Formats: sequence, structure tokens, C-alpha cells
Amino acid sequence: MSNAYLPYQAEVLKQVPEGSSMVTLGLRLTDPAQRQRYRFHPGQFNMLYVYGVGEVAISLSSDPDQLDTLEHTIRAVGRVTRVLSAIEPGSRLGLRGPYGKGWPLDQVEGRDIVVLTGGLGCAPVVSVINYILQRRERFRRLVIMQGVKHSADLIWRERYQSWAKLPETQVLLAADVAGSGWPWHVGRASTLLDGAQFDVSNCAVMMCGPEPMMIGSAESLVERGVPDRDIWLSMERNMACGFGACGHCQFGPYFVCQDGPVFNYSDIKWLLGNKGF
Amino acid sequence: MATTLPRFLRREDFQQLIDALRAAGYRCLGPRVKEGAIVFDTLVAMDQLPGGYRDRQAPGEYHLERGDDGRLFAWVNGPQALKPLTFTPRETLWRAERRDDGTLHLQDVPPEAEPLAVIGIRSCDLAALALQDAHFLHKTVDAGYRARREKLFLVAMNCSRSAATCFCVSTGDGPGVHEGADLILSELDDGFIVQAGSQQAGSILSRLSLHPLSREQLGQAEQEIQTAADQQQRGLPGRNLRDSLFANLDHPRWSEVAERCLSCGNCVSVCPTCFCHATREQPALDGTSTEHSRQWDSCYTAEHSYIHGLLIRADTRTRYRQWLTHKLGGWHDQYGRSGCVGCGRCITWCPVGIDITEEATAICAGEDP
Repeated sequence: MSNAYLPYQAEVLKQVPEGSSMVTLGLRLTDPAQRQRYRFHPGQFNMLYVYGVGEVAISLSSDPDQLDTLEHTIRAVGRVTRVLSAIEPGSRLGLRGPYGKGWPLDQVEGRDIVVLTGGLGCAPVVSVINYILQRRERFRRLVIMQGVKHSADLIWRERYQSWAKLPETQVLLAADVAGSGWPWHVGRASTLLDGAQFDVSNCAVMMCGPEPMMIGSAESLVERGVPDRDIWLSMERNMACGFGACGHCQFGPYFVCQDGPVFNYSDIKWLLGNKGF
Repeated sequence: MATTLPRFLRREDFQQLIDALRAAGYRCLGPRVKEGAIVFDTLVAMDQLPGGYRDRQAPGEYHLERGDDGRLFAWVNGPQALKPLTFTPRETLWRAERRDDGTLHLQDVPPEAEPLAVIGIRSCDLAALALQDAHFLHKTVDAGYRARREKLFLVAMNCSRSAATCFCVSTGDGPGVHEGADLILSELDDGFIVQAGSQQAGSILSRLSLHPLSREQLGQAEQEIQTAADQQQRGLPGRNLRDSLFANLDHPRWSEVAERCLSCGNCVSVCPTCFCHATREQPALDGTSTEHSRQWDSCYTAEHSYIHGLLIRADTRTRYRQWLTHKLGGWHDQYGRSGCVGCGRCITWCPVGIDITEEATAICAGEDP
């Protein structure tokens, strides 16, 4: 009888500072048999364990076919993430997962893909962008929209710049407050939609970021003719066990760790924005 | 599942049941009077049972009184159901060691479970156990829960009384026991009607001096269950309040109840179905090992909804609403029925006497349940 709470051991292969107190950790399970069995979908998350400190839910940001290094992009904001962010290559962590439902990438082939994020570099959707670029022929246009509070918060600036040069790809960036040398839009992320070019009747929108931004953007998209069911959101709650047992990540009738973190907008629209859920 | 016809066990022979269970390798737990309440504790002799005791329950009140008959199970319930025996308040999940070379050794801590026979379980307790089984066994299997659950032998007792706080009739979970127990007993003035509920019951029954039953005795037992049902003064306004509750998230009653609620979590502790738990990492002082454990948690605490610097539920209004909309609403989506079995414990043990049936009725009033 296996213990669902017991992590595997993982080695930190690399630690890459990304700016704005974010780092990417490349991890590898130390047991070859466990490594062999491990599979994930973009949008899923792992529980990472720091010895003597505790566990935290972190989404996978690497490609699901690149299983030799499992990448996790982490922002140092909490008790566990502060320690995780400073961890050195060669260190050992605990890892269990993957948990939850990821992005519906299999279901949306042949459509325009709209990726809309707010806040600091949103790892769950960066995995989507990389996934699509690696399998470009399966999808039509790719529209990437990212909003940040201050232009200095934008990480992966070069990536956005190189994505913008790709065919059938549109990159729209916005900062509420812009410093000097910001060539993009100044204003809210949701206002970027005005310049986005995609087929509203054959698209899939994937969103991640602060809930007010996701709610506002989803409403704008629906006004523009995008059906509710073609919009997906990555939600965040206090995921602690990862398999719907501990009860902390409940969101109305859902366990975010199990029924999400990626939800279809049509399923959760009624609950979004209701303070306390 | 009735495997044999019901028989009669004289009250003076009740010790035979305790002895038979002990001989079969079980530690026996039964109702005992401790600190003014009925609790399940180790039972070796029938004179430890609360003969003649009755409980008087009301919102925020619990008193034991001595009656003048010799009934052993005339009390209704105490603060515990079966939950502490299967979903333990605290348990170690795993241990980790960090060696000198920096490698981690993550070690499972296999659960320890002893065979336990519990005497005096009520119908609502069995309904709650079935709900906990759905949570801990029918999704991801919880190793500790399963180990303890598999070693339980359940001796249920039909209710012949209801407390003023009971409302199992309205939830459909009592007062008569139908399934989920190994033995089902009804108490009469001079003894017990004993009915097998599982295959395991056979070997226990074979050790008892059982007698044929009269039609009158069976009728009396049925009548007492009906009396218990008729005594109930409270009820939820429907078996499925999900849509009604979620349609009333801005009802003024949530703010009103929040002014009375202390956010203490007593209702969660005594609720036989609440399953939330938090894990804790406890490093040893010498830094070479650490223990990862879990303990009961409550949606009334601040930490329950914490995500990096943000509390999803920062006030009592949203915490009480979370508890009630989950218990009577979200459970339908998650487990196909309400998470309330009508035991009334949250009403009795609430220090300010908040009554779940009253709150649900106020919030769902005017809504077709």
C-alpha cells in the first residue's frame, strides 16, 4: 500500500535567476525507475518539498516530452518558495506529482491559440507557448498577450522579442506603468485585446494571472464573440496535498488540485469574483 | 445484509458480547462517562457502560442525567463519532533524513492499526463513516485510514430516543440502522435484539447465549425507533440544498451569523464527516532528521485559505459560508450527497449555539429546495 503523501527524491540540476525575484529550477528524479514512469501535461503541478521546511505547489514550465529535466519557475513570495529560490545545483529536494488537470492542448489542435497572462511571468502558460512552438504545424495563429504592473517586472523579455518575429505569431505586451525603453503598450492587459488578431469562432484562449484580470479579460473576449467554452483559466488556491484529500484548495464545489488548476470558463464563471471562494 | 434471523440477548448476558469480541482479538471500545459526556473508550466489563444515563442536549448545551431504569444505551450521542478512530487527529506520514553527502532519505511510516470493536454506534455515525470512506478510500486511497478502517468491527445500536438537537430523519440517515454495521442491536428493557450485519458477525454470535424472539419484542423495537423519529424537532429544509445555497451567496444571513460565530472550529472537530487536514514539517533539534505529519484542520482558521500573502477567506462571514456551502452544497458535486448526517453535534457543541438547521432554513427560505 503506497503512501500518497511521500515524495520522491529529486536533484537540482540547475538554478537560473529570471529577474523580478523569479528563478527556474531544473530538477531530475534520482531514482531511474521513478524517472521512467514520470509523465506530465503542461498546466499540471508538482508538490516540491524542502527538507526541514515543507512543501509548496509549483507548476511545471518545461516541455512534456523533455523528461530529463523538469523545470519549475518559482517566485520567492512565501516561506517555502524563498528557500527554494535560493537552492543550489546539486541540492536534493522532494517531489511528488504531477497533479491536476492541465491545458486541453489535445482538444484545441487546428485552432488559433490565444495566450493571455497578467502579473509576473506566468509559468503555466509559458509551457503552453513552448509546447505550441515545438509542434507549430498542429495549431494556427498564436497570439501572446502579457500584462505587467511595471515594465521592470517583465521577465523573459528576449523570449517575447524572438516570439514576435515568428510567422503567424503576434506578441502584445502592456505595462500599467512603463519605464524608459518600453516599446510596447502602456495600460491594462485586457486593453491589448483591441489589437489582437485571431478567429473568435475557432480559437482557444488560455489565461493565467490575477483573478480580476482573468475575469475582465474573459468578459471582453465573450463580448467579442468568443464562446465561454473556448476559454480556459489556470486557478490558484492553497493546494497542499495535490489529490483532493486535505480540503485546502476548495473553490466552491471544486478541488482546484484535482478538478483544476486549469478550468473551463463555462464551468466556473458563476463562482469567479465571489470573494471568499 | 442480514445473514441470520434476529435473536435475543438478555441484558445480564451482555458481558458475553464484550468477551466474545475480546476473544476474537479486538480491543473493545464502548460508551463511557468521561468528564460529563459520553465518549468511546476501552471497555472490558459491562458495568463500565453508562447504565441509566440520558443526555440532554440543546444548542450549546450538553448534560448527562441519571434515569431510573437500567438501560445501557438510553443516551443519544456524545462529541465523538467514529472519526477519531479512522481519521486520527494527528498522525505521522513520513520521515526524512539528510545524510552528510546531502542526499535525502524519504521514508514511509507505515500506519499502525489494532483490531477495534466499537459498541454503541448510531445510524448517523455509520452514515458519516460511509462518507469518510468515500473521501479517504474511493478516490486516492489513504493508507492510514484504510489500515484502521479494515480492522474495525462495528456494533451498532438503534436509537430509541432523539436528542433535541437530532435531525437525522430530515437527512435520511436514521434513527434506525440499515447497513454498514457488523452487528445491529436494539435495546429493550430486559435485553437486546441482535441481528447480524456481516459475515464476520457469525463467529461472534456463536459465542452468545441467544434466545428466540417474540413478535412483541420485534414490534417494541420498531416502535422505539419510530418514537425516536417522532421526537425530532429539527430538520434541514431539504436533502439537496446545493443550488439554493449557491444562489444565495450574498444573503444577509451570512453576515448576521458571522456576528455570533466565534470561528472556533468546534463544529468541525465534532463533525463526523469534516475531512480537512494540514501537514506539518517538524525537524529534529539536531538537524539530521525531520518528521512530516498531518493533523485535523478547520476551514475556520486563517491559514486554511492562505496563498502567498493572501487570505481567500479573511473574515468569519466567508469562513462560515465556506463550511455550510461545502457541507450542504459542494458535497453533492464531490460525493453525490450532502455531507451532513443530522447528528446534531455541531449544534450542541457550538459554544454560542449556532444551529445549522436554522441557518440553512433562513438562507434557503423562499428557495425551492
